Amino acid sequence: MNPDASTIAAGAPIEVDLSPVAEGQDIKVFWRGKPIYISHRTKKQIDEARAVNVASLPDPQSDEARVKSGHEQWLVVIGICTHLGCIPIAHEGNYDGFFCPCHGSQYDSSGRIRQGPAPANLPVPPYTFVSDTKIQIG
Amino acid sequence: MSGPSEFKPNNPALQWIERRLPILGLMHSSFVAYPTPRNLNYWYTFGAILSMMLGVQILTGVILAMHYTPHADLAFKSVELIVRDVNYGWLLRNMHACGASMFFFAVYIHMLRGLYYGSYKEPREVLWILGVIIYLLMMATGFMGYVLPWGQMSFWGATVITNLFSAVPYVGESIVTLLWGGYSVGNPTLNRFFSLHYLLPFLIAGVVVLHVWALHVAGQNNPDGVEPKTPKDTVAFTPYATIKDMFGVSCFLLFYAWFIFYMPNYLGDADNYIPANPGVTPPHIVPEWYYLPFYAILRSIPNKLAGVIGMFSAIIILCFLPWLDSARTRSSKYRPLAKQFFWIFVVVCVLLGYLGAQPPEGIYVVAGRVLTVCYFAYFLIVLPLLSRIEKPRPVPNSISEAILANSGKAVASVAVTLVAAGALLLGSLGDARASEGTDKPPGNKWSFAGPFGKFDRGALQRGLKVYKEVCSNCHSLNYIAFRNLADPGGPGYTAAQAAAFAAEYKVKDGPNEQGDMFERPGRTADYFPSPFPNEQAAAAANGGKAPPDLSLITKARSYERGFPQFIFDFFTQFQEQGPNYVDALLQGFEDNPPEGVTVPEGTYYNKYYPGHAIKMPKPLSDGQVTYDDGSPTTVAQYAKDVTTFLMWTAEPHMEARKRLGFQVFIFLIIFAGLMYFTKKKVWADAH
Repeated sequence: MNPDASTIAAGAPIEVDLSPVAEGQDIKVFWRGKPIYISHRTKKQIDEARAVNVASLPDPQSDEARVKSGHEQWLVVIGICTHLGCIPIAHEGNYDGFFCPCHGSQYDSSGRIRQGPAPANLPVPPYTFVSDTKIQIG
Repeated sequence: MSGPSEFKPNNPALQWIERRLPILGLMHSSFVAYPTPRNLNYWYTFGAILSMMLGVQILTGVILAMHYTPHADLAFKSVELIVRDVNYGWLLRNMHACGASMFFFAVYIHMLRGLYYGSYKEPREVLWILGVIIYLLMMATGFMGYVLPWGQMSFWGATVITNLFSAVPYVGESIVTLLWGGYSVGNPTLNRFFSLHYLLPFLIAGVVVLHVWALHVAGQNNPDGVEPKTPKDTVAFTPYATIKDMFGVSCFLLFYAWFIFYMPNYLGDADNYIPANPGVTPPHIVPEWYYLPFYAILRSIPNKLAGVIGMFSAIIILCFLPWLDSARTRSSKYRPLAKQFFWIFVVVCVLLGYLGAQPPEGIYVVAGRVLTVCYFAYFLIVLPLLSRIEKPRPVPNSISEAILANSGKAVASVAVTLVAAGALLLGSLGDARASEGTDKPPGNKWSFAGPFGKFDRGALQRGLKVYKEVCSNCHSLNYIAFRNLADPGGPGYTAAQAAAFAAEYKVKDGPNEQGDMFERPGRTADYFPSPFPNEQAAAAANGGKAPPDLSLITKARSYERGFPQFIFDFFTQFQEQGPNYVDALLQGFEDNPPEGVTVPEGTYYNKYYPGHAIKMPKPLSDGQVTYDDGSPTTVAQYAKDVTTFLMWTAEPHMEARKRLGFQVFIFLIIFAGLMYFTKKKVWADAH
């Protein structure tokens, strides 16, 4: 009952061109049937994400560990709430990040859980920068 | 099922079979000669009602499966085509969908009856545990069945419930992948759920056979909780119990038919008329009403794993009930304290159900925690304690003695209790659509409302004109074919008029022999063409959001009616939230938003749209569409006509449904009456 060969093949890595995404905007792409948010963060969002005392977070993780160095403005997270799998809405909630409409979990501009029933941060999918404006997810 | 039978058939052919396979003797000893306690009340007819419901679900399900397509791209459409094109498909679908709710309704009464009269106590522990297994199988079957229509609530319900298993330590993620057959809920998930949804009912039927077997070995419990001692304490299953069950079943069918024919969407969620979309989560995910108490328990525990454990143990704990409650007196009739706590427990369950439908915030969370503690306390503290400290009233020596003591006391009016209990249980339902800060649409008088409602033909024809001249520029109408315009119960055109209407459209067909696509005039078998070639084009031309298809819009939109209004709605058959909303939305545009409200660039202020900022500009203005029949050409009239038309497109067989419903009710009332008087006559010498 595990995924069949065609499902696995369809889950191969994808390339995403980042050049059309302006600062403060984000796009949603689908990879392996999962929505992936790619946010072009503003300076304010980055500063907010780095100003937090990491130890005080429910799932402690620094913003530096969640983005690629040299590309701090890009946040790439799987947009599936770690509570029960709903899709959070970007640019909502109290933390300039994501808000899940199902059970009220709130994530910050680094995709870290800040408030609500979700136990963990939004996961970062495996990805690499192919060039400055292109990433490969997977 | 209780020992060798004395039964000897007269017919030689049957004797021949009986000597080789004593099946007739088995049937005779199980369902004819089988002794049942004389004092059983109508709460004991729910076993028969449940057997009937299982039969109805399997029968309608097998026929539905002949027309259903288990594919993520086609499932939603195939369900709509069942409702629209299959002969009596709407009836099959309503029977199956409402049947699931009725099945759970009956099983809850059956379980509470067992709880009240102590039917789980020695020597019926295995019987009770088999019942819990049936209930678990029913929950799995019901959940997978709800996924099959592949609407928004199906998809997101499946996502939330399958994600519960990710809470299991270490192997959680692998279990979820196994359930999905992929990296998320998708086509493989739908396929395996369909397969399992077809399989599990037969497993249920198998366990039901064991359940009945165990019942016939231990004998039935009864309201007084004393075992039958002499033949005077029992009556034969046939005719006494059978006729009583027949009357119970016919009353239950009346209740069931009310939903099938008049309130088919009352227990459902409007969001499930929107096709599944993995990119958009509905604002508020609610499971079906029969899971709500357990959903409330899940959500009231802040830790994910603990919540999942809490939810499952709320059901599993029932298996241990025979040992948690060790009181020797069975029936709560003779246990003054247990009786009170039983009713408190019922109220706790109903309230948990209500909370399960509410958004998880503020007071609801606190109340959910308190009630969750109460739920478990009933099993873990109250029952063990009561069985040690309670002083029960003396039980009668025999069933006949109990009947003598009770003579003259009228039998509880089952119908009234049923309706009251039903209203209470349904109280747990409430499709909580996000409507914060939005005005509720004003009520409207619709020609199609009520048990005898019919579509106003003039309004349908005018509404079609409004759709064609205005709405169809952006909105598709994918499930309506031109031939439907000539269907009975529709706008009332002739087949020739429908053909002429179709011929005005250009339809893309092909490829032809040269391999090219070509355009030809529409035929009646064609569907209304979409204004855009695909969803992306529709979204690109409309500021990023595709205009929704209008075929089902009046059933896919709703607003919260609130408590206690939705209970009254059950009796008044109010079903018109969708039309009220669409009608109000079309008239709710305001050029100048109220003080302090600004809507984003590219959106328009609408009083009734959730959030008020709608991408659709004001579509209708006075005098825009000309009417030939002298009706006023105002926005109000346009809105009313097009809404009536869209109600018809959402439910083209509504008139047939209500007409057949009336006939079925006449039949069932007469049938129930006949059963009642036959039962009276049969039981006359037994009392």
